[in-house]
Amino acid sequence: MALSREEVLHVAELARLSLRPEEVELFTRQLNDILAYVQKLEELDTTGVAPLAHVIPLVNAFREDVVREGLSPEAALKNAPAREEGSFLVPRVI
Amino acid sequence: MTEPLYRLSISRLAPLLARKELSPVEVTAQLLERIKERNGELNAYLTVDDAGALAQAREAEARLSRGEGTPLTGIPLALKDVMTTKGLRTTCASRILENFLPPFDATAVAHLRRAGAVILGKTNMDEFAMGSSTENSAFGPTHNPWHRDYIPGGSSGGSAAAVAADLCIGALGSDTGGSIRQPASHCGVVGLKPTYGRVSRYGLVAYGSSLDQIGPITKEVRDAALLLQAIAGHDPKDTTSVPEPVPDYQAGLDREIQGLKIGVPKEYFGQGLDPEVEAAIRAALKILAERGAEVLEVSLPHTEYAVATYYLVAVAEASSNLARYDGVKYGFRAEGRSLMETYLNTRTQGFGAEVRRRIMLGTYTLSAGYYDAYYKKGSQVRAMIREDFGRAFQTCSLIACPVSPTPAFRLGEKLADPLTMYLSDIYTISANLAGIPGISVPCGFSSKGLPIGLQLLGPLFGESDILQAAYAFEQATDFHQRKPPF
Repeated sequence: MALSREEVLHVAELARLSLRPEEVELFTRQLNDILAYVQKLEELDTTGVAPLAHVIPLVNAFREDVVREGLSPEAALKNAPAREEGSFLVPRVI
Repeated sequence: MTEPLYRLSISRLAPLLARKELSPVEVTAQLLERIKERNGELNAYLTVDDAGALAQAREAEARLSRGEGTPLTGIPLALKDVMTTKGLRTTCASRILENFLPPFDATAVAHLRRAGAVILGKTNMDEFAMGSSTENSAFGPTHNPWHRDYIPGGSSGGSAAAVAADLCIGALGSDTGGSIRQPASHCGVVGLKPTYGRVSRYGLVAYGSSLDQIGPITKEVRDAALLLQAIAGHDPKDTTSVPEPVPDYQAGLDREIQGLKIGVPKEYFGQGLDPEVEAAIRAALKILAERGAEVLEVSLPHTEYAVATYYLVAVAEASSNLARYDGVKYGFRAEGRSLMETYLNTRTQGFGAEVRRRIMLGTYTLSAGYYDAYYKKGSQVRAMIREDFGRAFQTCSLIACPVSPTPAFRLGEKLADPLTMYLSDIYTISANLAGIPGISVPCGFSSKGLPIGLQLLGPLFGESDILQAAYAFEQATDFHQRKPPF
């Protein structure tokens, strides 16, 4: 299941990354090396094995729905690269 | 006092502070001075908070004089730059967070502050904790204090190097696939990864959320117990933290290990294990046996699949976790003509190569049509790896094994080949997949004078047991007393 150059570019776009021209070859080769290595798991029959997503048996953690103090708008916006009138500012979308 | 103050451990410094034989201000000032003079040789710290540390030291002094101190009051510590510190720059060694000033403290940090510890600064790491050598830092690699041409291990390399080089009294790191234990091993210090859920992850910048844990890196085993005591416990702000009572980790430290059943996984002694590391581990097992432990062989049959499993699970979680760095809410932004172009420019310029590689790998393995073959398969094998430990712990109380297949390697040696770098995590990764605790304790040196660590793994919430065995080993040896030529 080798990744082609075009697929690598597509995955980069999905991940909101762009690759420099010289990186496309390198990433294609390195990602394929890693994917070839993880194919090793195909040696194992996992039929009927329940996937493990969380190691500790925990159930949903609920809390009371009460009003609590959170971040102030000022603190929340403090690290924003651009802001205006109490909002995050981004390039025009529409 | 014949020894410089910065050489002291937490357990040796705390009584001197409590009896007011030493002032925390004096100790802190001496450490800040040493950092100023020597950090340039190692690049262990990314940020040093001179003013903040001295202010905290003065507060600690006042608290101690009121007789209200804890064992950590006035103790100068370093924090891996992956946990948030209110108002103190937190970068994750990434350009994308280069100027990030968190509006809150991580819970582990808040615990340390409440205990009166002094935060000296933030230590270097692989960017977003992705790496095994601290070479993936956007701010340059950290050097191993035992030999500056060698890596300190990673990703908590800055914390381990700072502890080994006496640039702090103790430190916190984080461990997703070995990132506390492996650098501790390579720098000749103690590193403990707690059970998943034992320490709150609130404020720990997420990499692989089902694997990440904060833990101590210290000069001796007792210090690890002390630091863990301060940071362990349930946190309502982290729904994956466990409401299990926290035992007194120091209480049983000096118990005999007579009759303790220590399992040695035969799969950990195969191809790829450096002969010098193997010799040091075998010698360590002999010492444990001489102290009365019963050393027996166990099997962890799916060991050879652990690295592949880890890299599927971790990168999938990483690709999702790192989607938040978009140049909108905080962090670095590279402007574009459109929002899409802003995202692309920001993330491409803000992330280093290894981070981008893992994000892409995770994006691919989670993408439509591939989920079953990769993420689901990985999660199934993860269940089998956990089962291996469950079976092993039916016949033994602890597992002893190497931390890393080789001593520290040279800077630059594995950078060009990510897969070879990944394979160096073979002995540490399984503990994260299974959620179990593990500790690295110094157990020898290579012929080049580089440290070697012994790893002790315990069942879920078995921190007391691994600390006890590590302490017994430490007391029977003098490896932890040796200092790097720094």
